[in-house]
Amino acid sequence: MIELKEYLLISAILFIIGLMIIITKRNSIFILIGIELILNAANLNFVAFSKYDPVQLQGQVFSLFIIIIAAAEAAVGLAIILKVYSYFRTANVDEIDDLKG
Amino acid sequence: MELVKIAFYFFAALTVVSAFFILYTRHVLHAAFSLLATFLGVAGLYVLAGADYLALTQIVVYVGGVLVLIIFGIMLSKKIVGEANEASGSRNLFTAGVLFIALLLIFFYLYKNSGILESPWIMEAAQSDEVIKSSTVSAIGKNLMTNYILPFELAAVILLVALIGAAFIAGRVMRNTDKS
Repeated sequence: MIELKEYLLISAILFIIGLMIIITKRNSIFILIGIELILNAANLNFVAFSKYDPVQLQGQVFSLFIIIIAAAEAAVGLAIILKVYSYFRTANVDEIDDLKG
Repeated sequence: MELVKIAFYFFAALTVVSAFFILYTRHVLHAAFSLLATFLGVAGLYVLAGADYLALTQIVVYVGGVLVLIIFGIMLSKKIVGEANEASGSRNLFTAGVLFIALLLIFFYLYKNSGILESPWIMEAAQSDEVIKSSTVSAIGKNLMTNYILPFELAAVILLVALIGAAFIAGRVMRNTDKS
């Protein structure tokens, strides 16, 4: 039987990698990828705990809603990134520094 | 070693290694394809945790939807066709390294000392062997239509709003796009 601890460790590593990507990368699409990794890490936790809740399955239903929110977030985020790109001609978040161009 | 354990460690290694590759690489497109491997690995972990419906949703929504969106974004935000889209990811490397180790230690400490792994309901379920053993599709369907009917409908509204909002933001023609 696979222990709960192993799931939690993988999820922690995934979360930290996502956070590192957001901190270190300059390209805005990388940042979106980091957010997706963090959401996946949270989902993994919910699913791992939900294994011991076979009747109500609260964790699985919750992570289903997280997946829905993540899809909506990715769509809106990419639309904003494309608009920013077409305005500033760059996807580098460090160069996008003026508010009213 | 049981077959389940081997499969678990395979998917875990796939997830972690491809996530590290995203952190390591400078090319955004390589990162997107590595993200594919991460999502598939997480889907495998879902199956091994007894979440078969969620694993399918993960593949359909993430691999089929979000990843295609990200690759579209990469394609449409390339500076010059043929030029490698460099990310130059060397910002805050020291801070990131310190934070990585610190967070890992904090998580280890919490898992060891918070006692969440020995919660009463988990021990109870593990003792009486009340874990997921069959498909969860019908249970999730019943739950969505009874206990979670309001969030379910709200999720539909959110998806509609996101669809309209994304199309509005991306499709609007902006005046004076010439910044220089």
